[in-house]
Amino acid sequence: MSADSRKFSVIGVPRRRVDGRAKVTGQTRFADDVVLPRMLYCKLLRSPHPHARIKNIDTSRARAHEGVHLVLTGADLPIEFGILPVSQDEQPLCSDVVRYVGDPVAAVIAKDELTAFDALHLIDVQYEVLRTYSEPQESLDHPEPRIQDYGEEGNIHKRVSFSFGDAEAGFDEADEIFEDMFFYEGNTHLAIEQHASVAAVDPDGKLTLWSSTQTPHYVHRALAQVLEIPAAHIRVIACPNGGGFGGKSDIFNHEMVVARAALVLDRPVKICLTREEVFYAHRGRHPVLMRFKTGTKKDGTITGMKLDTLVDGGAYGSYGVASVLYTGALQTVTYHIPRYQFQGCRVFTNKPPCGPKRGHGTPQPRFGQEIQLDRIAERLAIDPAELRLKIVEKPNSLTANYLRIGTIGLGKCIQSVVKHSGWKDKYRKLPQGKGVGLACGSYLTGAGLAIYWNKMPHSGVQLRLDRSGEVTVFCGAIEIGQGSDDVLVGVVAEVLGIDPHDVRCVTGDTALTPVDLGSYSSRVTLMMGNAAIQAAERAKDLVGSAVAAELDVSQSNLVFAGRRVFDGRDPKKGMDWRNAVCLAEARHGTLGTVGSYTPPKSAARFGGGGVGPSPAYSYTAAVVEVEVDSVTGWIGVPRVWIAHDIGRALNPVLVRGQVEGSVYMGLGEALMEEQAYRRLPAKHSNALVHKFPSILEYKSPTSHDMPEVITELIEDPDPAGPFGAKEVGQGPLLPIMPAVANAVYDAIGVRIDEVPITPDKIVKALDDKARGGPGRYGPNVFPDIDWPEPLQVPPPWEGGDGKAINKPERKRAAKLARGS
Amino acid sequence: MKKIEGKTKAHMTVTINDEAAEVSFAPYKTLLEVLREDMGLMGTKHGCELGECGACAVLLDGEPVLSCLILGVECDGRDITTVEGLQRDGRLHPLQEAFADLGGAQCGYCTPAILVTAKALLEKVANPSREQIREALSGVLCRCTGYQQIFESVEEAMVRMKSGSAQPEEAKR
Repeated sequence: MSADSRKFSVIGVPRRRVDGRAKVTGQTRFADDVVLPRMLYCKLLRSPHPHARIKNIDTSRARAHEGVHLVLTGADLPIEFGILPVSQDEQPLCSDVVRYVGDPVAAVIAKDELTAFDALHLIDVQYEVLRTYSEPQESLDHPEPRIQDYGEEGNIHKRVSFSFGDAEAGFDEADEIFEDMFFYEGNTHLAIEQHASVAAVDPDGKLTLWSSTQTPHYVHRALAQVLEIPAAHIRVIACPNGGGFGGKSDIFNHEMVVARAALVLDRPVKICLTREEVFYAHRGRHPVLMRFKTGTKKDGTITGMKLDTLVDGGAYGSYGVASVLYTGALQTVTYHIPRYQFQGCRVFTNKPPCGPKRGHGTPQPRFGQEIQLDRIAERLAIDPAELRLKIVEKPNSLTANYLRIGTIGLGKCIQSVVKHSGWKDKYRKLPQGKGVGLACGSYLTGAGLAIYWNKMPHSGVQLRLDRSGEVTVFCGAIEIGQGSDDVLVGVVAEVLGIDPHDVRCVTGDTALTPVDLGSYSSRVTLMMGNAAIQAAERAKDLVGSAVAAELDVSQSNLVFAGRRVFDGRDPKKGMDWRNAVCLAEARHGTLGTVGSYTPPKSAARFGGGGVGPSPAYSYTAAVVEVEVDSVTGWIGVPRVWIAHDIGRALNPVLVRGQVEGSVYMGLGEALMEEQAYRRLPAKHSNALVHKFPSILEYKSPTSHDMPEVITELIEDPDPAGPFGAKEVGQGPLLPIMPAVANAVYDAIGVRIDEVPITPDKIVKALDDKARGGPGRYGPNVFPDIDWPEPLQVPPPWEGGDGKAINKPERKRAAKLARGS
Repeated sequence: MKKIEGKTKAHMTVTINDEAAEVSFAPYKTLLEVLREDMGLMGTKHGCELGECGACAVLLDGEPVLSCLILGVECDGRDITTVEGLQRDGRLHPLQEAFADLGGAQCGYCTPAILVTAKALLEKVANPSREQIREALSGVLCRCTGYQQIFESVEEAMVRMKSGSAQPEEAKR
């Protein structure tokens, strides 16, 4: 189809993004910029305890406070919600139990923010403090009291276990066995825009919510459920997000609260979270403890791999069931692994809920896998780049866990960064204190399944054309900075042969735009793009048939280019775009077309196989150069070379921005960012609180810290993508953290097996080495977990068909049966 | 509900984006709040209201300041420039052109602060080096771009300002 060598006039041409002007003039309207007449302001009272039962809430003094219009508590919003159908565990306001410091218990709606804030202090809440779980080990050790009353048992949310072939047999065949543990600390998105929402009752009595959300469709469904009004009477408008990175892809309690308040008061109600509250909203990177066991032949060929992950979920489910599956899903798509066993366990702790952040569940195991490969290369005396080139998975293959890979440009990515970085002259050759490290990664171009089971399209696009020549394109996708509006307009303009400025786009509005599932899982370019191509091709057919009849030429010879429709064999024979649309409107009546996209059916047909499949996978390789001070442990990163297999760059300016932005965020995770907690002393309530609930203390890289980035795009169009495009928003982050760790080892010979890699850890590892130890900083203990019997799914080369061949007893069911 | 008695608002005159203006506002409000809530200038953003992120930077008498850390009442009689004041004669400022063309703005949320800060730099230093640009912008956090396209946008704007080719080409908007 489109993955060909045609000449394009919009696609692939570096150009100003369609919303560029709005963004540089400050005219982009974010959620907090929405101001309505008679608007009131909402503030939330949040729990000071990490785990407590609410004994009583007295709101009478707050209600009597001057300027207060309404006070809501859990009793006003009793219905639970959650992003996944299997974890409907959140209340807009807690009515019985609070589960982390910051969990909301009441809302005040007042004439202004200050009044609302003052009134929060007039609400009296009596708590009975419960045992606090700060670490996964505690949650495994103590089943009671439970943080949530669902999940597998005790404080275990979800355990999964899969055997794709016999990993032990793989280890028996191996010449070398590698066993390593890694820890990946949690971190947060830190989008500069604080979450904001405005709810209002429309003149016709229906509800509208403007919100900084990446997933208006899911918010729409949740509002209908919680408010018990038909979804058809609710409109959710996703304002462009001031950065998302996954942090606005969940459904938030404050969205429900302002919606209820607006309905009760029949006045617009706004909330804008403070920065401190954004740290409580979180849904960021899960802290993950990992244990890898890998067997290889002498030449580096992998014979088997076993991975265990222990995932700290925080207090609620969020995307967690998907997150834990993602920690084991994508190991197989980069290098050929013939036998693969994965076990994962997500536990609840009394911390703000973790969720999806850029890379969702995959950067943590990628960190471990790529460091272990560095070790494998060293022990086998093979160059790490050569080793990877040798074991790269083949294109158009089916992995051990039934992920269908199309194009794979990983080999080219590795060759590119090796060449541009001068790898062969640097690796193990730089003076002490300087080093280079290489790592790779891969990511989905859109999740193959929606988060709720349905057979409907994942993305829909509508086109409207009229006699003015204007084309309006409608889609539910959300602009979060990544350039989704630009992709939408660019694709339509390319197909119709018009200028992007001739296309108006309306996006992210559930009342006006066809459903798109949201800006997450790097799905928008591929899914929305394919839907847009279909809608535009249909419009092209309508216009083409009218022009062909008028000019008496064959429709198949018509060319749409340069705002004209003409006979390709006789370009003078034709007309401008506007006249062509007029002819079409006269011939067909009012013009409109639709397009939609549904991902191909997954090859995986086992329970849990819904996480991992994607229409296409992007690939990345990176070389990071570091300078490490062996006295202070200070790490400098002067340069990063990165090559990304994008399929095709639709707008290279934006693609480069996504790659460099990923490198930036990856360096933050590698070197400084951590969502860490500490216990207050007993005299100060013993609460488990954020170490860093402010931007000042939560360190992130500034313009001073950002190294030079040399970006290479590998373009090998993938048949699944629009014009061959694959994702770029998340994949390029993945290799950065392990590449930094590998570079640190090259520079000073110590292994830091956890992030962030901070100077104190380097000094500790150097001290360890000086004392004759292995020169390593990282975890050494993996808790005993009562794993379920693995689901046995024989890989394709062992005659498997994607189905499990056993039916493991479900843990909880088994327990209940034993107890009865 | 009780009636409001007497005057509770502060009043001041400022030069805002080269125009004289009067504004009344609650006296406890920061400049950020006065701009956004009382003057309708929504281009200036906020990411923390604690002076940490830099998103609320504006120019006060030509100097970049964090508008969340300055009270409105401190600004009486002073000259304020926000992102809305960068355009001239119906045309974008060369910095705006360059940021739009070269990917200097992704989500656009820190962009207004970066733009006014860069404007102050270019007015003070004729040919800033990459290091000087880094230093000048280091108080504004951007989570999207990785800064590289921001640096390049500032450098491109310098070139365009010198050659006077700030006017957009037909294909750009």
